[in-house]
Amino acid sequence: MPPGEAIRTEGLRKVYPGGLVAVASLDLTVRPGEIFGLLGPNGAGKTTTVGMLTTRIVPTEGAAVVGGVDVVSDPARARQVIGVVSQANNLDRGLTTWENLYFHGRYFGMGVKAARAAADQWLEAFRLTHKAKARVDALSGGMKRRLVLAKAMLHGPAVVFLDEPTAGLDPQSRLALWEIIQALHAAGQTVFLTTHYMEEADRFCDRVAVMDHGGILALDTPTNLKRSLRAGVSVSVRAEGDVERLADQLGAVDGATGAWAKDGAVRLHLDSADGALGKILTAAEQGGFRVTDVSVSEATLETVFFSLTGQDLRE
Amino acid sequence: MTTPVTVPATRATPRSPRSATLAAFRALVVRDLTVLDKNLGRFLPGALMQPLLLVFVFTYLFPLIGQGVGGEAGAARFSTLLLPGIVAHSIIFVGIFTVGMNLITELEAEELEDRVLAPTPTATVAVARIAAGALQALIAGLVVFPVAAFLPATPVYLQPDWPVLLTMLPLTCLTSAALGLALGVLFEPRSAPWLFSVVALPLSFLGAIFYTWQSLEPLPVLQYAVLLNPLVYMSEGLRAATVTGMVHLPLPTVYGALVVFIGVFAVVGVRGFRRRVLS
Repeated sequence: MPPGEAIRTEGLRKVYPGGLVAVASLDLTVRPGEIFGLLGPNGAGKTTTVGMLTTRIVPTEGAAVVGGVDVVSDPARARQVIGVVSQANNLDRGLTTWENLYFHGRYFGMGVKAARAAADQWLEAFRLTHKAKARVDALSGGMKRRLVLAKAMLHGPAVVFLDEPTAGLDPQSRLALWEIIQALHAAGQTVFLTTHYMEEADRFCDRVAVMDHGGILALDTPTNLKRSLRAGVSVSVRAEGDVERLADQLGAVDGATGAWAKDGAVRLHLDSADGALGKILTAAEQGGFRVTDVSVSEATLETVFFSLTGQDLRE
Repeated sequence: MTTPVTVPATRATPRSPRSATLAAFRALVVRDLTVLDKNLGRFLPGALMQPLLLVFVFTYLFPLIGQGVGGEAGAARFSTLLLPGIVAHSIIFVGIFTVGMNLITELEAEELEDRVLAPTPTATVAVARIAAGALQALIAGLVVFPVAAFLPATPVYLQPDWPVLLTMLPLTCLTSAALGLALGVLFEPRSAPWLFSVVALPLSFLGAIFYTWQSLEPLPVLQYAVLLNPLVYMSEGLRAATVTGMVHLPLPTVYGALVVFIGVFAVVGVRGFRRRVLS
């Protein structure tokens, strides 16, 4: 694998028994040290992608190299270079918090002393020392997630994978987790994560791949993705009457980059917010529409997703 | 979090495939024994209760209340033939209920994922389960020994054949643990009650625990049908190893059958395990 690549996939594909195409054909490259985000709605194929990159799902076709190791042909060795935080908190419930880390080190071939020291250090780093002897069932959701992440990091993986890391966490725990992920990033760790929270992808990821129906629709930095749309703002216009016709009407206004009729309203993307309201109201009036509600928001990755798929991320 | 997070730079040195597998295997077995050690207070009563009751009723109570088999000499013979049977029975119960049941719940809860991610072929995790399960079965067999030897009202005539005993015990324990692995991957929580009614009970009652295989001669169909039951070979093998003067299955047959059972159960178990944890 050429230097400058932490992950490389070529034509990676997964068809489940029964014919469900979870991932159609995936080509992507992740650079060392970046936080790479896979953004998409539930069922887009994100978890299957992570599953294939972390040896738990066997691809139907294609190749994947992580940290210089071929994941498909040499899964046992690939496990040395990956760390995994899956959606189900994959902790060993027969063991205590500390033992979970200690045995993880032992599974990866650390000596007794090294595994002990590593377990101590990670508990300390993630503020879990006071729970060292607790059963993992007694930990809060945020603590469990931190423990899983500590396990994933303990053996020094080339890439750490997080599948929906903040799903189901309260806002405070989410923030604490992002603080940790950013600290890992600052320490040079390559992070590959999936999320359906566009704000998180926007704020924390260096690059984002927008995924839907098993394929990647766009891949770039959040800034470039938003810029590529030439959509400065997203406007939702509600009016009485035929919204399809209103969409056509509004799509023709100066600076419009896209207009969709959806759920009795029109979603309009404009290149800039300047004079937007006036333009919209004038155009609607000319078409004989009485506008009942207009809301303007800044373009987000949600806007990007919508313009790529015509759907909201969380539908 | 108030203070910034410092990231420890811990690292496991990459090893050769063989060395990584050995290290993971050892750690996986130690992990299972650590959990056993924590649960010993629950494991031992579970392992002891049934043998204790069987021995108490059949070899203490029955002779006492005049329901003994064939007078005093008969009762002594029965206590003696029962001892290896009870030990074999305890050993197979650990396989079915400790190894099997645990695996059923762990697979359902996807709890084994962290171990499946150890840097070793997935089969290692399953094989480590067999090894740790066999050690647990051995412990159960050993604690039952004194119960079956000293509780009966009539004397138990033990005459250990050490070479046979020292080879037979590991084989019976491995058979039990491999059976547990196979059952654990084949059954789901919904069908787990069947482990008792459809698996454990027929195996026990038709497992040459309470009688020797030879004594089934009057019922040839049954006598040959029970040869499909691994417990028959475990009981007969331990009988050959601990008591004399009783006709048992020929030793080569017992050894051969146990090795075949271990092989078949292990293959079914490891394949099923891979199927359950990978997709």
